[in-house]
Amino acid sequence: MEFIELIKAPTVDNVVMRRALFKPIEGTLCITGHHLILSSRKEDSEELWLLHKNIDVVERKLSTFGGGTVAIKCKDFAVINLDINATDDFTNVADSIEALANIDVPSLSYPFFYRPMYTIVEDGWTAFSTEAEFSQLVLKSEDWRISQVNKDYAVCKSYPATVVVPKSISDEDIVVASSFRQGGRFPILCYRHENGTVLLRSGQPLVGPAGRRCKEDERLINAVLGPGKRGYIIDTRTQTLAQTAKSKGGGFELEVYYPQWRRVHKPIDRHHNLLDSLSKLMEACNDTSCTMDKWLSRLESSGWLTNVASVLNCAALIAQSLVQENTSVLVHGSDGTDTTLAVTALTQIILNPDCRSIRGFEALIEREFLQGGYPFGTRHFKSCYAYANSSARNPKKTYAPTFLLFVDCVWQLFTQFPCSFEFTENFLITLVQHSYASQFGTFLCDSVCEREELDLKNKTVSLWSHVNRPEVLTSYMNPVYEPNSKVIWPSVAPVSLTLWSGMFLRWVVDQSPTKDTWSTITELKEKEREMKREAIKLRKQLLDMEKAIIAKRASESTTTTTASS
Amino acid sequence: MDQNLEAVPEGDNMWLFMRDVRETMKDQTNKVVSKKVENVSLVERFSSRRNAVGSLYLTATHVIYVDHDNKRETWILHSHISSVTKLPLTPQGSPLQVRTKTFLSMTFIIPKERDAHDLHQLLVQMCQPESIEALYCFRYSQGIEDLPREAGWSLFDLQTEFERMGVPNETWTMTLLNKEYELCDTYPRYLYVPTSAPTNVLIGSSRFRSRGRLPVLTYLHQNKAALCRCSQPLSGFSARCVEDENLLVCVQKANPNTAQLVVVDTRPRINAMANRAAGKGYESEANYENTRFMFAGIDNIHVMRQSLGRLLDACDLKTPMMGAFINGLEGSGWLRHIKSIIDAAVSIAKTLEDGSSVLVHCSDGWDRTAQVCGLAQVLIDPYYRTLHGFQALIAKEWLAYGHKFTDRCGHIQIDPKEISPVFTQWLEAVWQITQQFPAAFQFNDRLLLAIHDHVHSCQFGTFIGNCQKDRVDLRLEEKTYSFWGYIATHMNEYLSPLYKPDLNVGFIEPNVAPQTFKFWRELYCRWESGLHPRESLSDLMVAAKSHLNSLDDHIRLLHKRIKLSEQKLGAPINNGVNDNKNKNDSSVLYLTDNRLSYSKPLQNEVNLKLKHNIDYDPLMNNHVDVDKTVVGIDGHRTWGCLEEKRDSFDSDGQFLEDGNIDTLIDELESVAIEWKSVRGAKECPCSTPLDFATRKSHCWRCGEIYCSRCLDQWVTLPGHMSQKQSPVCRQCYRVIVKSNSLESPE
Repeated sequence: MEFIELIKAPTVDNVVMRRALFKPIEGTLCITGHHLILSSRKEDSEELWLLHKNIDVVERKLSTFGGGTVAIKCKDFAVINLDINATDDFTNVADSIEALANIDVPSLSYPFFYRPMYTIVEDGWTAFSTEAEFSQLVLKSEDWRISQVNKDYAVCKSYPATVVVPKSISDEDIVVASSFRQGGRFPILCYRHENGTVLLRSGQPLVGPAGRRCKEDERLINAVLGPGKRGYIIDTRTQTLAQTAKSKGGGFELEVYYPQWRRVHKPIDRHHNLLDSLSKLMEACNDTSCTMDKWLSRLESSGWLTNVASVLNCAALIAQSLVQENTSVLVHGSDGTDTTLAVTALTQIILNPDCRSIRGFEALIEREFLQGGYPFGTRHFKSCYAYANSSARNPKKTYAPTFLLFVDCVWQLFTQFPCSFEFTENFLITLVQHSYASQFGTFLCDSVCEREELDLKNKTVSLWSHVNRPEVLTSYMNPVYEPNSKVIWPSVAPVSLTLWSGMFLRWVVDQSPTKDTWSTITELKEKEREMKREAIKLRKQLLDMEKAIIAKRASESTTTTTASS
Repeated sequence: MDQNLEAVPEGDNMWLFMRDVRETMKDQTNKVVSKKVENVSLVERFSSRRNAVGSLYLTATHVIYVDHDNKRETWILHSHISSVTKLPLTPQGSPLQVRTKTFLSMTFIIPKERDAHDLHQLLVQMCQPESIEALYCFRYSQGIEDLPREAGWSLFDLQTEFERMGVPNETWTMTLLNKEYELCDTYPRYLYVPTSAPTNVLIGSSRFRSRGRLPVLTYLHQNKAALCRCSQPLSGFSARCVEDENLLVCVQKANPNTAQLVVVDTRPRINAMANRAAGKGYESEANYENTRFMFAGIDNIHVMRQSLGRLLDACDLKTPMMGAFINGLEGSGWLRHIKSIIDAAVSIAKTLEDGSSVLVHCSDGWDRTAQVCGLAQVLIDPYYRTLHGFQALIAKEWLAYGHKFTDRCGHIQIDPKEISPVFTQWLEAVWQITQQFPAAFQFNDRLLLAIHDHVHSCQFGTFIGNCQKDRVDLRLEEKTYSFWGYIATHMNEYLSPLYKPDLNVGFIEPNVAPQTFKFWRELYCRWESGLHPRESLSDLMVAAKSHLNSLDDHIRLLHKRIKLSEQKLGAPINNGVNDNKNKNDSSVLYLTDNRLSYSKPLQNEVNLKLKHNIDYDPLMNNHVDVDKTVVGIDGHRTWGCLEEKRDSFDSDGQFLEDGNIDTLIDELESVAIEWKSVRGAKECPCSTPLDFATRKSHCWRCGEIYCSRCLDQWVTLPGHMSQKQSPVCRQCYRVIVKSNSLESPE
């Protein structure tokens, strides 16, 4: 397929672009294979460069006087209105953008065409391997090993080639156990706390209506606990959902077969519910002219902050069991690819100081989401605007903003502990943006296996290769970061959680107060560092001079004494 | 694994240690404990942790709860208590809930029912005295602060404020008609009215306005547009008053820009109409020419009181779920009311900015009128966004024009229907604006909280009484301390580190989209320290700023010392053969010396500023012109000796004799290069917990963090160029005093 077939109007003149917070720009619209470009061709005015991939939905408003407005609603929540005079142009532009935005062939996507203008120092594709991430752990603990059982992705399609499993369980047992778990996602280690308790995740057990059991699965997870110890299984579904799943072949661990484990339901909204929630939230956020009561009631009924609270609550609960109750935890929902990952990743941020550094956070995203099998390709194919527009809904794809929900939770932690994170809010926003539309290949496809099939490693650039360049990295550095080795216990009370205005309101409410505050902080901190250095330097200089004076005096007094004598 | 609403397992205590309040209340009379109850447990609201057990003391001024195990004390001022409620009996004892006007809520379980009964009786009596003379301010005396009683009372007067606006001038004049409060007893003595308005017009108009509150000038904008305020007209269904109509014409004419006058009735139209039945109401458009009428739709004091009640209920939910909280927030209508005040203020400010004069009233013109007029001025005049200007604004708009503080805050036993959070709302409205323009405000939100505390505390005479006449009659200036005097000596604490004077210009127009409004957690949930960020950016910035000041001062000294040492190193030591050669050198040095002597007078000026305890920061260009502010209070404790020192420094020229390396080391050691991070600071060395509400201060000598009680010594550090006093801990204080006494053997 050639892009040129889809582009019915490569350039259109005299298009007026209207966005909230910006002055309208009149200019020429260009549609290329991957970008939508609008330029007034004037020196000082801003240009629009929009990846088609960022476009969530295209809405047409025909004008009665010919032409019309194409409303482009983006996955990063921006809404861009293009006023086009001629009806033909209007239709052509809308058709072209719509077609280009809906291409679902990863190999045609922009990362395959993008070539960086800089030399890559450290390849992000190979920066975070399971072996490297877990090598310390495997060395330190007797109980764990790195298994190659999934090296050709036959056991579990959504797992990486190497996973960490209990040493006492053979690869053969794992293969059997994997057949008992949804998507072959057998329980694997994702985090081991310093007190020895561990956090595992998996897919739901395929218990089915008949109440099947799998001895290998039981052995596998019991191996984690050791004799006499108890553990918790956190099910991220409601009890009812778990029951319903049972009749469809899934289900939950039956108590008779897992006597050492106690099951706890910590329901978190998933897929459509979450998308619905985000969609309502954005509808409320974008209507800045409504009344206070309407805004608050829409904010409440969107349930987004409730979702944030429940993920944080669940993660805090798991952290508490690991640290305070000395109890290991297994987390799963149904597939174990969405809410499960959000919860296990968040738990690690609360517990593990490494995850709060930039590199550690990248490693976490890589481990829990990219290698953990969060289906970015599917989930981020569309977002809430497409969901709200029934004609644009795509029933074949289950798209959902679970990753965004996770990042929002990280932001909530960040606001409560602004000195404990090495990165800034902007880093989180950038990450979300790239997860939806990017010149980098990192977030393409659904699993490691798919990424290998497309040879992304060689054909595209990794986001981490870009972000980790020193000149880019410094821009994401938190000026007030002081490594904090402690567990950061968040407050999950409603008054402590706030709407992430930098994410959800950034296109409709000016965010400069926050930006200015941070730049003042940066200035202050830099100045402080500078002056400390200066003071130390001057002190040294002064002491040296003082010494020289004493020496000079001494030598003079000796010369005067010799002269007089 | 129970559902834990708050995942804070650490020893983080939820309740407060009312440091800031306590620190200012070093009252002698407090020592008398009138009642003591042991084994009182405190109900933990947000966690399932075991209740703390401690003792409850009742003194003449405070309720004090001491939790011995956690070494925590809670001091509650009687005048802060808003309600004391006996809850149903429990097996552990009789629960007593105390809620304060500063939004603290504590439930004590008292083992003996009898004690609970007594306590309840006593507290109810003490929290609202019957007569105004029984209020705390008449007994309060400043302990170690040494501030004279009259300090601060003369800081803000109406005449100075109007002079600042260029009034009187050819169109506006001051009238003495109200000198003895004969025209209107809730207005100030001096009123500003159009020059063209004859006496009979003024008197006539005042008779036609509710409680005699005739239209008077409150703010004159640079563009000659005037902001005037009054109360509702006694128009009923048809009454009119030619004098009043004439006065409005005079107001119109005083503005050269436009012939139109905008009259804003801040009430909802329906309320204004209802008032007509009582012989009051609003101006009939037919009778007033060239006038545009608007209703702002702000609800009355009763609605606001209920709204706050509901807001606090939402914060107080036993099992707080996100949805229920937002629902509660919405249902309370609180933010809607705040928005309506800001909306009205924005539209008034815009009208003024466009050149039209505005007349504002509500019913009596002392609640909503004060809110919107005050806020409009904050938006339109950068001066009111400075620390000094903001106080002047409160002194004018709220105090001088008769906001009924004693009634609205319930200082004494009065009709509970008079109580309403009108001033609280205004502070919140200001806070909402500061959130949108952090760089345009010189003061921080601690100032707003401090004002809120002391409006209710009755510790200072400033907010006592319902109008200026009340305060004169009560002779508060002689009998009590002024809050403004207190602020003037604590300005450092209230300066915002985000303030950029060059950005504080002109009219700031806030975004009034509902999405921009925030819930003011720091006020309404202030004492639940577990709910606030665990790492405070503002603490961090304040610390960084002070540290910069200290370092800058130190670096200036180092530069000077280096210069002196250079002289010594380069200067001829024996006046022998090299005499000629050195002449060139010394001429160079002479030049340098000249420059120094030029800069010396400047230095003195800096010192003068420093005297007023203001952070002078040449780097950030953020110093305040408050010289005028502190005239007459001379608040600084050791100013006398400071002056002496400075003199000796001046005559001295180079403040050290020949290089004494010990003295040098003393100098260097007296300034900490590294300051302890506020991030990890959980406790002062005196074991006072440092939480969200407590101020964390560094000792400038050792760089350790202390609570404000431990950091009460101020000395001049030898390592600083300026002779400004810096806060040090007691230990460092002793070291410095000791070395000072060694230096001067006589």
